[in-house]
Amino acid sequence: MLTNQEVAEGLLEKFGDQVFNFEEPYGLLTLSTTREEIIPVMEFLKDHKNYQVIFLTDITGIQYPDNAGQEFVVVYHMHSFVHNFRIRIKVAIPEADIHIPTATGLFASANWMERETYDFFGILFDGHPNLKRILNIEEMDYFPMRKEYPMEDATREDKIDALFGR
Amino acid sequence: MKEVKIVEAPQGHSGSGFFATSFDEAIGLARSYSLWPLPFATSCCGIEFMATMGAHYDISRFGSERPSFSPRQADLLMVMGTIAKKMAPVVKQVYLQMAEPRWVMAVGACASSGGIFDTYSVLQGIDRIIPVDVYVPGCPPRPEQIIDGLMQVQYLAQNEKLRRRNTDEYQELLASYNIQ
Repeated sequence: MLTNQEVAEGLLEKFGDQVFNFEEPYGLLTLSTTREEIIPVMEFLKDHKNYQVIFLTDITGIQYPDNAGQEFVVVYHMHSFVHNFRIRIKVAIPEADIHIPTATGLFASANWMERETYDFFGILFDGHPNLKRILNIEEMDYFPMRKEYPMEDATREDKIDALFGR
Repeated sequence: MKEVKIVEAPQGHSGSGFFATSFDEAIGLARSYSLWPLPFATSCCGIEFMATMGAHYDISRFGSERPSFSPRQADLLMVMGTIAKKMAPVVKQVYLQMAEPRWVMAVGACASSGGIFDTYSVLQGIDRIIPVDVYVPGCPPRPEQIIDGLMQVQYLAQNEKLRRRNTDEYQELLASYNIQ
């Protein structure tokens, strides 16, 4: 059985202060790293002969508009089937330089996940073979999950405030 | 055994050995009792349609015996469920592939107005892209309501002038949707 402690110590030994902010919410090992180190960190977890964290569960984004210099966070979830062990890695990036290296070299499944994250947040994955929208219509000219855009469809006409007592 | 009901003859003149009526009436009658629906089902309204189509409610009692999964042979496009904006060109293409006369029924709140999905990704009613003849409210509507909607389409088919689809008004309507 692989423990959070064991993996955290292994990561600290290998990457030193490039991995930080360790937490265990609900027992899920969570840590942060930088965009320079994210691919080596995932490669280390994947190729480690004991950990065998070989599955990329998900890639998604978060926006913290008030967090100057770290407006966007890319979150990676990974899973080791052998040990049934999960890990979550976060990378904060600034809005002014919204780039992060692609993980498609490590995991083919990252292809669509990164396209989705680009589609909704506009995060640019450098080196991605085909970084275009995947779920939304191609003509869409903004990134809908960013907080500055309203969720509602602006063209809807039947939601007049008076009809709802507002 | 129950007495078999036959639809009443349209208005016309009859005498010994002949019956005369107008094409509008006779063809409208024939069309209305053999509407072939094309179910375009994307969500829970589609499940209600499956019940409507099944033996218990049985839409074939109304002449819609054959759900057509090819738009070429269909008379009635039944759009049931949420239509995402990415799906909109598909719905429009299906409509364009249907031959005249064609009717469209928007079943349920989502197809009619977007329903609860007031969001950037959902089409706010299919009448944004194609003309709609009958709206069936409900979220989802019960099979009885869908059948009622079908009967409304039958009423349209019976009472429509054969040349209505050549009228300027109809052409204008299609032109407003950039069709033809």
